[in-house]
Amino acid sequence: MEKPDPIHQFAVKPIISFGHMGGAEIALTQSGLFMLGAVALIVLAFMYATRTNSVIPNRVQSMLELTYDFVADTVRSSAGQDGMRFFPFVFSLFVFVLLLNLFGMVPFAFAATAHIIVTFALAALVIGTVIVYGFMKHGTHFLGLFVPSGVPKWLLPLMVAIEVISFLSRPISLSVRLFANILAGHIALKIFAWFIAALLASGAWAILAPLPLALVIALTALEFLVAVLQAYVFATLTAVYLNDAIHPGH
Amino acid sequence: MTGNGSRDGRDEGPASSAEGDLSRRLARLGSELEARRKPVEPPRSEPMTSSSEPSALGRAFRASTEFVAGVIAGGGLGWLIDKVAGTSPWGLIVFLLLGFAAGIYNVMRASGFLAPARGSGSPDR
Repeated sequence: MEKPDPIHQFAVKPIISFGHMGGAEIALTQSGLFMLGAVALIVLAFMYATRTNSVIPNRVQSMLELTYDFVADTVRSSAGQDGMRFFPFVFSLFVFVLLLNLFGMVPFAFAATAHIIVTFALAALVIGTVIVYGFMKHGTHFLGLFVPSGVPKWLLPLMVAIEVISFLSRPISLSVRLFANILAGHIALKIFAWFIAALLASGAWAILAPLPLALVIALTALEFLVAVLQAYVFATLTAVYLNDAIHPGH
Repeated sequence: MTGNGSRDGRDEGPASSAEGDLSRRLARLGSELEARRKPVEPPRSEPMTSSSEPSALGRAFRASTEFVAGVIAGGGLGWLIDKVAGTSPWGLIVFLLLGFAAGIYNVMRASGFLAPARGSGSPDR
């Protein structure tokens, strides 16, 4: 039995092509379609949930209110009360990433967050916001972020260089963490699922097939946990980085 | 979702006369909730230590990405400087080493080693 390609599921395929521009195809891909679907689902769910705005919430409204409270608490504890001005931003990112991760768990669906270009674009948006807002609010004082306190003078140039590199590494670690978790999870699921088929097709060894089956079931549960957890981690780190833009001194 | 229809019907009905009363009570509830909300603890500069990533695997993964990201950022910056200033290969060498240092620094920060040094600064400056 030939081994299937576990990476094949991540291939981006165009659905509607809008022609070519400079040799590159401009098309609506299934990745873009899933992102549009996520946005549409978020908008519809919130419009549906808040349409009555009753004091006693119905099920959907209650669920979304819990999400709101959860993210609001995260932002408050990471960035303080001032950070609440970025609450809509963090909340949008959280819900968007969460839905894309969960969409990826639907069989035959496409996991858009398993592509680093998607997660890096989101991370670059976060860091761009931090830089722009930091300079807008604090001017050159924002650069104090790169000057650690309590460091001997002769060590300062080295520490500033390290702080700058550390700051530059933030969008990389933010995007790599999300993308690698989703990618690795989907590849692991694919490979262990293939073990089942391979064992079933190999005569007497088929008796071992329930073992990878149990593993795949456990992995699926774990992947759901990872999908939610990584969205939460993304939102928390966004709030933590925004905190640097709001309070750059340390 | 099955209960929506009946609730809608009730909202349309005699509730409209009590609308002003309801909104006043809602405003009062809001202000009381605001007063009762526990005071905001000073913002953590620390990303997280244990609360948000329960598993050891999650923390290990977190630390490794922080480290690798530092090295990549340092190496990329050095390569860019070499490309612009033509100082190859010295920029790459120096900044790759600085990137290693930044990676270690990231890991220390992520694991809460530097918590007092960063957290104790005045929050509003």
